[in-house]
Amino acid sequence: MDFHLSKEQEMVRKMYREFAENEVKPLAEELDEEERFPYETVEKMGKLGMMGIYFPKKYGGAGGDVLSYAMCVEELSKVCGTTGVVVSAHTSLCCAPIYEHGTEEQKMKYLPDLLSGKKIGAFGLTEPNAGTDASGQQTVAVLEGDHYVLNGSKCFITNGNVADTFVVFAMTDPKAGNHGISAFIVEKSFPGFSTGKHEKKMGIRGSSTCDLIFEDCIVPKENLLGQEGKGFKIAMMTLDGGRIGIAAQALGLGEGAVEEAIKYTQERVQFKKRLSQFQNTQFQIADMHTRMQAAQFLVYNAAMKKENHEPYSMDAAMAKLFAAEAASDVTRRAVQLFGGYGYTREYPVERMMRDAKITEIYEGTSEVQRMVISSHLGVK
Amino acid sequence: MKIIVCVKQVPDTSGKVAVNPDGTLNRASMAAITNPDDLNAVEAALTLKEQTGAEVVIVSMGPPPAEAMLREVMARGADRAVLVSAREFGGSDTYATSQILAAAINKIGIEDEDIVMCGRQAIDGDTAQVGPQIAEKLGLPQVSYAADIKKDGNTLTIKRMLEDGYMTIKVKTPCLITCIKELNEPRYMSVGGIFECYEKPFEILDYNALKDDPLIDATTIGLKGSPTNIFKSFTPPQKGVGMMMEGADKDTCDKLAGMLAAKHLI
Repeated sequence: MDFHLSKEQEMVRKMYREFAENEVKPLAEELDEEERFPYETVEKMGKLGMMGIYFPKKYGGAGGDVLSYAMCVEELSKVCGTTGVVVSAHTSLCCAPIYEHGTEEQKMKYLPDLLSGKKIGAFGLTEPNAGTDASGQQTVAVLEGDHYVLNGSKCFITNGNVADTFVVFAMTDPKAGNHGISAFIVEKSFPGFSTGKHEKKMGIRGSSTCDLIFEDCIVPKENLLGQEGKGFKIAMMTLDGGRIGIAAQALGLGEGAVEEAIKYTQERVQFKKRLSQFQNTQFQIADMHTRMQAAQFLVYNAAMKKENHEPYSMDAAMAKLFAAEAASDVTRRAVQLFGGYGYTREYPVERMMRDAKITEIYEGTSEVQRMVISSHLGVK
Repeated sequence: MKIIVCVKQVPDTSGKVAVNPDGTLNRASMAAITNPDDLNAVEAALTLKEQTGAEVVIVSMGPPPAEAMLREVMARGADRAVLVSAREFGGSDTYATSQILAAAINKIGIEDEDIVMCGRQAIDGDTAQVGPQIAEKLGLPQVSYAADIKKDGNTLTIKRMLEDGYMTIKVKTPCLITCIKELNEPRYMSVGGIFECYEKPFEILDYNALKDDPLIDATTIGLKGSPTNIFKSFTPPQKGVGMMMEGADKDTCDKLAGMLAAKHLI
């Protein structure tokens, strides 16, 4: 494995860092406190190409690569987990399936606005009774002439209340099980489409999460994404890519906590010594950094395999599993190193700890990642 | 129409400044950045490019690693870059540097509609001399300390920010402008710009490329051609934090006046 970054990748990381430090970090606390979506940041990121990093310029993308995308989510998440997931869900879960499975007409119609950040994308798979068991879709789509009629609902949809364009899954043949699921591109203006209330969450509180409701929702026939009955495959392929984004978010959260812990323990004095002079602190930080470094290797490896069109499903699952659990552990340890101050909202580590937890749950729980990995190993 | 922007790679002096025993800056131990005022000049050029379609050409004199900085400026949107680099140019002071940069700009070519832009001054030398000297050597009208630039045909209306007020003047192209940080907010590199910047034209002008220009001879370039000698350089002691008083009421003013009087300042 070659982890040598190209000159462009080094440069793009530098730009993300500057952007995150100047534009994202100052807002992080407020977004969390007020559960406010960072519209202004999305607009800036759109202009800088951060909402369409690895897509071709032909469709309005920035012409970058998958690793540069993962690094973007990583750098944003170091200072704000909310902003990290906005980019991740938009890119991996909406832009990617349209780019990978859409017709040329669909790509030309939807990608330019999405990749430039003029429109925000989201993904609707999860339902109240179809979480980890995504095959239990109850939303149905019936073809009537030149359009499909969708009925049902989705829940926990990231970017749900702010998105303009959705990739949505519904049963077109309920008797066919997984093979009866199809994918659709749905615009928020389609008749019969609405969104539900904003979910109040433990972490990533600035990120929009809500229900999607389809009541005789009219979706033009040409908005079928891929072939009828291939929706489950599209969903699983999309989630493979999405896991790289969430793994990168977890990676950034953990790394951000390590940076904060290093800074704080070098300043805080107890027993007439800086905390950093105690061996416990040194060992804790050494372990925390080592875990995040290992996570980084797994995340970058998965991103590079996707970029090189190599099979990466197991690599993405391992990256997400390890990075998410490492982030939860490292952010919790950071709070412990900060002591009482770490438990207050005066310092960012408690927010990072709350933000990190979701990375073990969404886009496939850690248990699902273990199922994917063991299945690839033939352990069934 | 083209806009030629002079930029310099400088050590980041926002952290600790390292000085060699001979009084020169220890550049190797400090991070290299693009001179901040120069980025304001780049931004002004890119804004004019968006309005007029002008070509933006970046010029820098420096060692070969300065290419990385020039690529970054192209990632912000500049069209091409020229690095002026040769052993013979090393050790140049502001006089010699402006001599060489003027020759490089002559080589690139200045036409009636063209503009040369520079930052006000570099954070390592802090002289603010190179821009104005380039203008003199090229025989161009110069406007320094630009805080606002408006273009109408071949006429530029420029608001200069001076210590005690503003001065607005009109100037015809070709001309040279030095820019200050109040002029604009430099944009970030864009992702698309970064993935294009290594494909954009990049040219190196060495001694041979410039030696036929009348401005270039052994007595006007490099260490030998530099009339400046560094007598002594040192890091000034840090100023104390000072004391902040808030309020516009009479009591606060009386207290302040009392403190100043106690120090015999008033």
